[in-house]
Amino acid sequence: MVTRARPSRARPLWVACALGVLAVAMLAGLLDGAADISPWQVVLQVADWLPFGHVDSGLAPVEQGLLLELRLPRVLVAAVVGGLLAMAGAAYQGVFRNPLADPYLLGAAAGAGLATTAAIVLLPAATASIPVAAFIGALGGVLLAYTLGNTAGRSGGTATLVLAGVAVTSFLTAIQTFIQQFDVEELQRVYAWILGDVGGGWEQLWMILPYAAVSSVVLLLHGRMLDVLSVGDEEASGLGVRAARVRFTVLVAASLATAAAVAVSGLIGFVGIVVPHVVRRLAGGSYRIVLPLSLIGGAAFLVLADLVARTVLAPAELPIGVVTMFVGAPFFVGVLRMTRRAVT
Amino acid sequence: MIRTRDLSVRLGERDVLSGVGLHVRQGEWVAVIGPNGAGKSTLLKALMGLVGHRGEILLGDRPSGALKPRARARLVAYAPQTPALPRDMTVLDYALLGRTPYIPYLGRESGHDREVTESVLDRLDLTRLAARPVGELSGGERQRVVLARALAQQAPVLLLDEPTTALDLGHQQQVLELVDRLRRADGLTVVTSLHDLTVAGLYADSLLLLADGRAVASGAPSQVLTEESVGRHFEANVKIEPGPDGRPVVHLVRGGP
Repeated sequence: MVTRARPSRARPLWVACALGVLAVAMLAGLLDGAADISPWQVVLQVADWLPFGHVDSGLAPVEQGLLLELRLPRVLVAAVVGGLLAMAGAAYQGVFRNPLADPYLLGAAAGAGLATTAAIVLLPAATASIPVAAFIGALGGVLLAYTLGNTAGRSGGTATLVLAGVAVTSFLTAIQTFIQQFDVEELQRVYAWILGDVGGGWEQLWMILPYAAVSSVVLLLHGRMLDVLSVGDEEASGLGVRAARVRFTVLVAASLATAAAVAVSGLIGFVGIVVPHVVRRLAGGSYRIVLPLSLIGGAAFLVLADLVARTVLAPAELPIGVVTMFVGAPFFVGVLRMTRRAVT
Repeated sequence: MIRTRDLSVRLGERDVLSGVGLHVRQGEWVAVIGPNGAGKSTLLKALMGLVGHRGEILLGDRPSGALKPRARARLVAYAPQTPALPRDMTVLDYALLGRTPYIPYLGRESGHDREVTESVLDRLDLTRLAARPVGELSGGERQRVVLARALAQQAPVLLLDEPTTALDLGHQQQVLELVDRLRRADGLTVVTSLHDLTVAGLYADSLLLLADGRAVASGAPSQVLTEESVGRHFEANVKIEPGPDGRPVVHLVRGGP
């Protein structure tokens, strides 16, 4: 008997697997740290936090506090940031029909970075303004790269957009460096943030959670529309879809996600390329699959990257962005090669 | 079913279509022919509302400008000359895109949408390919998949831009026979652009000859395909004879124009 083909959709099994990987990654993230706490005690303590009653982990209040105030928020911030960057990357890839689109390469992250630096330097007291500034910067960066890519290269090929993104990124980063050198007193704070950091605690998590929630809901709802866009604007119009409107909505939501991630964690590159491509390979190319699984997979990926960043040079810490670039740059070359082959 | 009056399209500095009048009755197959750059694709795009135009276009009985995009998509299905086929997308997913005009903006397809799509795949003998990625298909299979997407749209009018480009002789025949069969079975109105004149004359009820953006002849194939008009507008030296079924067959004559 022939198995009947089914429309692509994120199957419960795939989602469950991804959540399982994420849970393991988060647990591993909680285990590592300077204080010596056994894995089993961590598991018991996590069980105690869950709302199903009391479990005695045998941890002293100080150790519990350590887990709750330091390790847990760090893991959660890494998860949210990773999920947002991966999902934003997938969404940009859909909007631009370009497998190499990524918040970092498109100028979105640099735009958010410049705006955040400006906010830190010019409005040092107003921490809440950082995500808003980052959002405006991210959107500005993407639109600049897109416009440049469209006017510079006639064909609008995959490489043109990325090259435009690189140019925009360099330019905006130069301005950012200028601003931060301009105000030496804030330099320390800006530097700590630029290099990528997810150790800001609960305060950071609460700051970005509303933005994360809104952008995730909007993007996850647009999975089918991004599939329609993948046949091109003319055919999408032929199917009764206003392509420009869809594109704009998704672009805004993806930039909001990027901005939220950049506002707390600085510039973390390549998550938006690595994760969606792995998902495509494993589970299928429909955006109804790629978006939700990138959200979960990106969370797991960045939690693990943070774990690596904390452990390889312990007790010193690597910036998390260094880890993702170390993995991501070779991956990027691989995707580029694949795309070239597909085109020719 | 479709009527245009004084249809003109200007792209950049160039008048691509000037004052074209087209009349397609319900259930009729009209082929748009003409030399390269005559405006065949542009005419189809204008009917779809994909390019700005002056003049009047009536779809059904309504001016095309008054139709909302979704309403238009339920009335007219369009397949471009070189459709973008996302390599990783499965045949079923691709055909399901044809149901987009019936699915709410952020909704998902219903059981009915799936049934319609599956029955279309079945009719086009694509069921066994349903789970395959579109990128792995052969040229003939792709053309059928594109047709499946257009048919899943369940629109009474089918606009096909060069549906047989890049197909060999056998596959050309297969696709055109298929279109003809579906058209008769469902009472579809078909407008195609075709570059092969003999093929156009063989399948279409009526031809529209475009040259330089103007409609220079229209009517039954034997009226439009004359040695004089083909020779003039295509700058070709041809001999035209009636074929076995009385339809004109266009032969090239060696020695150029």
